[in-house]
Amino acid sequence: MSTVAVHDHGVAHHDEHGHEHHHNETFVSKYIFSMDHKMIGKQFLITGITMAVIAMILSILFRIQLAYPDKTFPLLTTLLGHFAPNGRISTEFYLSLVTIHGTIMVFFVLTAGLSGTFANLLIPLQIGARDMASPFMNMLSYWFFFLASVVMLSSFFVQSGPASGGWTIYPPLSALPKAMPGSGEGMTLWLISMVLFVASSLMGGINYVSTILNMRTKGMDLWKMPLTIWALFLTAVLGILAFPVLVAGVVLLIFDRSFGTSFYLSDIVLNGVQQPYEGGSPILFQHLFWFLGHPEVYIVIMPAMGISSEIMSVNSRKPIFGYHAMVYSLIGITVLSFIVWGHHMFVTGMNPFLGGVFMITTLIIAVPSAVKTFNWLATLWRGNIRFTPAMLFAIGMVSFFISGGLTGIFLGNAALDINLHDTYFVVAHFHLVMGSAAIFGMLAGVYHWFPKMFGRLMDEKLGYLHFWLTFIGAYLVFFPMHFMGLDGVPRRYYAFTEFASMQKWLTINTFITWAAIMAALAQVAFLYNFVVSIFAGKKTTQNPWESNTLEWTTPVEHLHGNWPGEIPTVYRWPYDYSKPGAEEDFIPQTVPFSQTMSSNLPHDFEDNPAGLAELNRFKSTLKAEEKVK
Amino acid sequence: MAFKKLINSKTILSFFAAFMLFGTNLLMAQTTPGATGAGEDANQVNWTGVAYYVLLFFLICLGIAAVGKILKIYDLSLKIQGKKGLKWNNVMGVICLVFLLAGLYGAYWSFTVQGSMTLPEAASVHGVKVDEMFTLTTVLTMFVFFVTQILLFGFLFKYRHSDKRRAHFLPHDNTIEKIWTIVPAVVLTILVVFGFFTWQSIMDTQQVKGDINIDITGHQFAWELRYPGKDGKLGPKNFKLTTASNKLGVDFTKKSSFDDLSADTMYLPVNKAIRLNIEAQDVIHSVYMPHFRVQLNAVPGLPTFFKFTPTITTAQMRSRLNDPTFEYLVYCNKICGGGHYNMQKVVRVVTEAEYQTWLLHQKPYLTDGLRKELHFAAAEPQKTVSQNRLALNN
Ligand code: HEM
Ligand SMILES: [Cu+2]
Ligand SMILES: [Cu+2]
Repeated sequence: MSTVAVHDHGVAHHDEHGHEHHHNETFVSKYIFSMDHKMIGKQFLITGITMAVIAMILSILFRIQLAYPDKTFPLLTTLLGHFAPNGRISTEFYLSLVTIHGTIMVFFVLTAGLSGTFANLLIPLQIGARDMASPFMNMLSYWFFFLASVVMLSSFFVQSGPASGGWTIYPPLSALPKAMPGSGEGMTLWLISMVLFVASSLMGGINYVSTILNMRTKGMDLWKMPLTIWALFLTAVLGILAFPVLVAGVVLLIFDRSFGTSFYLSDIVLNGVQQPYEGGSPILFQHLFWFLGHPEVYIVIMPAMGISSEIMSVNSRKPIFGYHAMVYSLIGITVLSFIVWGHHMFVTGMNPFLGGVFMITTLIIAVPSAVKTFNWLATLWRGNIRFTPAMLFAIGMVSFFISGGLTGIFLGNAALDINLHDTYFVVAHFHLVMGSAAIFGMLAGVYHWFPKMFGRLMDEKLGYLHFWLTFIGAYLVFFPMHFMGLDGVPRRYYAFTEFASMQKWLTINTFITWAAIMAALAQVAFLYNFVVSIFAGKKTTQNPWESNTLEWTTPVEHLHGNWPGEIPTVYRWPYDYSKPGAEEDFIPQTVPFSQTMSSNLPHDFEDNPAGLAELNRFKSTLKAEEKVK
Repeated sequence: MAFKKLINSKTILSFFAAFMLFGTNLLMAQTTPGATGAGEDANQVNWTGVAYYVLLFFLICLGIAAVGKILKIYDLSLKIQGKKGLKWNNVMGVICLVFLLAGLYGAYWSFTVQGSMTLPEAASVHGVKVDEMFTLTTVLTMFVFFVTQILLFGFLFKYRHSDKRRAHFLPHDNTIEKIWTIVPAVVLTILVVFGFFTWQSIMDTQQVKGDINIDITGHQFAWELRYPGKDGKLGPKNFKLTTASNKLGVDFTKKSSFDDLSADTMYLPVNKAIRLNIEAQDVIHSVYMPHFRVQLNAVPGLPTFFKFTPTITTAQMRSRLNDPTFEYLVYCNKICGGGHYNMQKVVRVVTEAEYQTWLLHQKPYLTDGLRKELHFAAAEPQKTVSQNRLALNN
């Protein structure tokens, strides 16, 4: 079990394909109940991708309903049985699709799939640790996640169908099994799944935080950590502080559903029948939910931001612009994200003054977001940009973040939110700023660190194809939705046929659906590329992107403990790209300043007077030599 | 490879053409009898149609594979000739530029064409303020949108990789960073200040007097309306009193309940302050009247209200929009179950005179059935109502 101990494998002896190792590692302990952080990262990734594909198919199903509200598709009945009688998805099942799509995408793909993959893979590798602080807990974290996924999907197999109150599951709708079919067993399974999920997330998060705080290699002080690590660290902190509140909310909901309490319920007459609940408040649930829910959206986007920052710096061959500002804005976002949750509740009837306060905090959070955007642009400025697929996806992330972030400024303004709340404008906002941006950050990470994970390269041309089809597809899908929202079209409507004023959007709905189908099919290019490259991709070199960070100093073949010998010492920050005076256009973190005299800058020695003196001496001898000449 | 030859040969092209022809024929043949034939076909899966689409997708994949192979061969042949091979960084740089131009045009198109399909001018007093706020925000944010996207994709094109160049080492610049922290902060402060006061003036209306009280109650999947009678007061409610004939649970131990009216359509007099009292019975709904820029959740157990003043009558709006069928509507805008997508109520804004005549024709909430249920003597309250009317007429 002591994965943290040094294992002295000879690199040459390693066999990728899981033959018995010289120490007794079985198939089960290597691939299934693995405690190696790299394998756990891969498990999270593959489970995450599987869930993403499922959620994507769900979205295509409900898009078909929106595009063709009067057509029948017998195939749907064949596939879905009583959920789609007579070739049409039922109204309730439509809402189930929307609900499970949202839940899977937000929690299972963009939280567990994204943080789980890259925190596990990158934290030990980039800070120079042999494994996570607690490999066993790390393993449990994955298996709780897996269990949560299975329970969530199993709700498709209960007679009354999966949960259908929207991914935000507001009671009383979700609390009263008679309010809609999905609030029956499906909802129970949803709640169980989420409790398991949060357990997984907490075990992961505690591990990430303690590893980053305690297990950095020599020389890796906090201000030498790559932005990916900063982002993953702050994400984990957010998760640890916010997720327990969701559990509290969920447990009270379970009580209301199963034990007759009235935490969220009061004065209810359902289908003409008075219910015995009194004294509760449905709004209480919303406070608890969004106290997690808003930090959650940053839990989703911050790893994507960190990954994109790293990839953009590597591929522009330039240091990330304003490293300190990038870290401080991440910290700012982390802190502020706990005091803005009320912006999801402006029109619940809360005290107007409270709404005003939440509006102020919400618009303040846009400032660090703006700083990050400008810093990314400045990173590209006068760079020498290499278009790897990872780079393209990182850029896509920035573009989406701008487009979606700006609409946040409308929604954050309570006065404007009166008319925009729960319309397609909100759908457009969060699918761009969260959905698309975070997925692109995740895909960027997959393309970039694929060689680290699997020892092989993905095909670049297919990556290009994948990027452009997905990028254009996402804009075609979500851009028109802004205008639907501005026309007052509500979200979560099964069909636009019942309102004369909405019929003009029917053709645009058809267009959006076809754009979505194109983008979905483009994912086949990715899946093919991903699977084939694992087995038959071109073998990678040790540092394929000529990057500075520590993970590229480990051998291509994986081994427990990551580095065959001692863990390397870190001497400098991770962004010394294209430094004037250096031979190569990158200087890895493991190269001491004493070896790069010609490129050192006074700035490098801000808190190291001895080093500065050394540099000055070096410079004066240089000058002296020049004079002699 | 033989595979390459196969793909590049002309036979495959002609095969593709034949396939397309066959496929379209097949689809057409399928749809025609379906349309003319009896309804029993409707549940039959059209497997050939499905297979056709699947095959079509595979063909597209093959086509893409072929293009990929051709590119590879071209690249190789360039290299054999001693040239550099395809410069993908240049290709991508150019595509970024093309995307920028196409995207700018697309955004412009979307703003003009789809932008003109959005809601008409606000039909309420506060709505005008909301729209002003919206315009200000749009101008500021769209400026940032265009500038940043142009810079982003412009930089990608301009600074695409070249072996001859090295990137400019620029780790930070405190001055410019301060500028782009302070400028957004100032702009957002302006928006916050305006927004805050607009919001307060719309929502903080407890003190505003002289409203017409209207009760709107949501349940799965309809809205119930209740207007006050001559006393201008709505009777109190208690959910425990709810029965089939007392749907809202109005409390008839109070005087003010007796003259309440129930209505099917929400009539509003123009230019009068309205106070909508909003509640729900079963799950959360949301009263959404987008033309008036009004929205507030209807929450069971939590009565709330929204005050607003309509300014444009339905008739005026019809002529402005050149749409004789136009109606203002209440939508339900909070997911509430299977019927959520069709939970609407017509709203008519009319002149004061029209409103008064309409009001005279509304049925009392206290129906005969309810009277019986509550064991009221049939005549007694009737009298009070007519007395009130008399008093008012004098
Ligand atoms: C620039 C800063 C941002 C501001 C001011 C902002 C503001 C808002 C507001 C006010 C809402 C509520 C809208 C409504 O329901 O009426 C909202 C919804 C949402 N935002 Fe943002 N947002 C910002 C950035 C983000 C980011 C970075 C993410 C995620 C990565 C995000 C994800 C979401 C999601 C998921 C929702 C919808 C939740 C739902 O109702 O289902 N937002 N945003
Ligand atoms: Cu939020
Ligand atoms: Cu409703």
